[in-house]
Amino acid sequence: VLHPCRPCHLGDTSLSNIASMEIVNVLMKRRSEFNRLRGFVDSDFKKLVDMSPDQSTSEQPIHKDQSVQAGQEISEHEARQFISHGMNHVEGGWPKDIDHENMEQTIRFRKKAGKNEAYISSILQLGSVMELCIRQNNAIDKYEQYFEDEEEEEENHNAPYAKTMNVLRDPHQVKRTVTSLSWSPDRGRKLAAAYSSVVFQQTSQLSTDSYIWDIEKPSIPEMVLKPPSPLVCLEYNPRVSYTLMGGCYNGQVAYWDTRRGCQTVAYSSVEHSHKDPVYKVIWLQSKTGTDAFSASTDGQVLWWDVRKLSEPTERLILDLSKEGNLGGALGGISLEFEITMPTKFMVGTEEGLIISCNRKAKTPAEKIVCTYDGHRGSVYAVQRNPFLPKNFLTVGDWCARIWSEDIKESSIINTKNGVSELMDACWSPVRPSVFFTVKMNGVLDIWDILFNQSDPTLSVKVCDGGLYSIRVEENGRLVACGSEKGEATLLEISSGLSVPQKNEKSLVAAMFERETKREKILMGRQREIRLKERCRSEQSREEEVVREDGEESPQELLARAEKDFYSMVEVELKRRRKGKDLIEEQVVSEDKQT
Amino acid sequence: FADVEETLKRIQSQKGVQGVIIVNSEGIPIKTTLDNTSTVQYAGLIQQLVLMARSTVRELDPQNDLTFLRVRSKKNEIMIAPDKDYFLIVIQNPSA
Repeated sequence: VLHPCRPCHLGDTSLSNIASMEIVNVLMKRRSEFNRLRGFVDSDFKKLVDMSPDQSTSEQPIHKDQSVQAGQEISEHEARQFISHGMNHVEGGWPKDIDHENMEQTIRFRKKAGKNEAYISSILQLGSVMELCIRQNNAIDKYEQYFEDEEEEEENHNAPYAKTMNVLRDPHQVKRTVTSLSWSPDRGRKLAAAYSSVVFQQTSQLSTDSYIWDIEKPSIPEMVLKPPSPLVCLEYNPRVSYTLMGGCYNGQVAYWDTRRGCQTVAYSSVEHSHKDPVYKVIWLQSKTGTDAFSASTDGQVLWWDVRKLSEPTERLILDLSKEGNLGGALGGISLEFEITMPTKFMVGTEEGLIISCNRKAKTPAEKIVCTYDGHRGSVYAVQRNPFLPKNFLTVGDWCARIWSEDIKESSIINTKNGVSELMDACWSPVRPSVFFTVKMNGVLDIWDILFNQSDPTLSVKVCDGGLYSIRVEENGRLVACGSEKGEATLLEISSGLSVPQKNEKSLVAAMFERETKREKILMGRQREIRLKERCRSEQSREEEVVREDGEESPQELLARAEKDFYSMVEVELKRRRKGKDLIEEQVVSEDKQT
Repeated sequence: FADVEETLKRIQSQKGVQGVIIVNSEGIPIKTTLDNTSTVQYAGLIQQLVLMARSTVRELDPQNDLTFLRVRSKKNEIMIAPDKDYFLIVIQNPSA
């Protein structure tokens, strides 16, 4: 009889089938005993488990606010399955039915895919796009690194050049010299040229016309200016671009307003003007814009107000002895005026001196501040460096000199003597180290003193005759020079000479400083030497004086002098007699011999 | 079918082209001129790149779509022309 509560194992108990075994509780009962009352029998109790309480736990009771079921702690969580969409697996997303290791299947799959219509059309389209890009790549390496390690190189390693752009010829038969040029202040579209003859007293047949040219139209002058006598100099007013001032050969100054036509608006009266040709006229900076001053070889510098040209407003006589003596005055040939220094101006003279004057001085004597001993001949041009106004350039005789205001004895830089005389010069308005000179042999020299101090950077032969005037346009690129034969040539200079370089101003300033210092040192040295000599000569004189003085009175001096004189005479006589005797003896001996 | 072959041949014959691979949207290389390992590598890696690029373009502007992708490296350039279902991948070395 099977115990009703004992588990019963059906089937085999072999190990292999343990997993498939089911644990079944089987209650077996005789049929007859169905529904019989159960007869429970008392049995002894058996101790199954005896668990005594752990004493240690009762010592530390844990208080809990809630009733706790004495059961195991169970946690519940769900683990979500991540399906990876990336190609972690090596081969690509093969469809389920194809075993990717099976070569055949893959090939077959591929072939099938290759026949797909969509595939064909899309590949054709993609192919053409792709081809374009491939060809692009082959044509140009688009991603090439341009200028990998290069910095910006400085340009102008090309040789400098000056191109002749235009030649403005004097329309008259008898050609006159272009003695002065002036660019119009509004970006230099026009050029005013003064024509006259510099040859002494040749003015009779010459026309007195001077012209304003438009540089775009070289064949005909734009406007004709008719002064009372040929103009030697002509200047545009830098502030008021339609007014001009000109100085005539007969000493008058004339004023034009181009809006009013070619006749002079006003000109100065003959009595009060210069007595010699007016060689230079410069407009002054003033509120009214109507002031100008002029210089002439008659030794005067006159100030004018164009509203009243009958009389000069001021007069200065270039007399170094400061007496206002016209006879002893120096003839002014060039003027210099810098707008930033309105009280000072400089005059270059025929005698080779450059006079620096102060306009605001109280007395005429004080007006002449100092002189610089410049050249051996007339100083044809004086101009301050537009960037470094303490230094100025002068030309005359055969060389050009650069001066510093402080050093009066000599120039700080001078060029070598050239082959022909320099007639005019000007600084470049854009580059502090560049200046232009023109010579009697028709050569225009462009000097860049930072580059080369001994020779001009560029020499251009502009024409056959001599060049008398030069003017650079404000932007520094166009240069106009006027020749003996009445031609005004316009040149364009290369960017190398007209574009300012880095640090140019400081370099030039440093150069000038250096030269100035050198001159100062030399001057100082010379002065020292002179001083020493003077000291020495003074000393010796002193000694003599000390010796003679106090010992003899004038009578005694006289007596002594007589005595000395007679003794000297006697000595001389004796010498002569001896000489005569000797000669007599010789003659006698000769006679004797013959 | 024949046109496809022609196209591929033309591309292959261009100067500097090192390999051409056609991959379908699942990432399976359909046609290739490279060896198997490289092909599989390219296909797998490039597909991810294209998906990322496309989603970037579309996120910035939903009306926009990726038309071409060029990956320029020191040694060569990988050009990918994506389509709805396929990619055409070409590896070119332009200076060669």
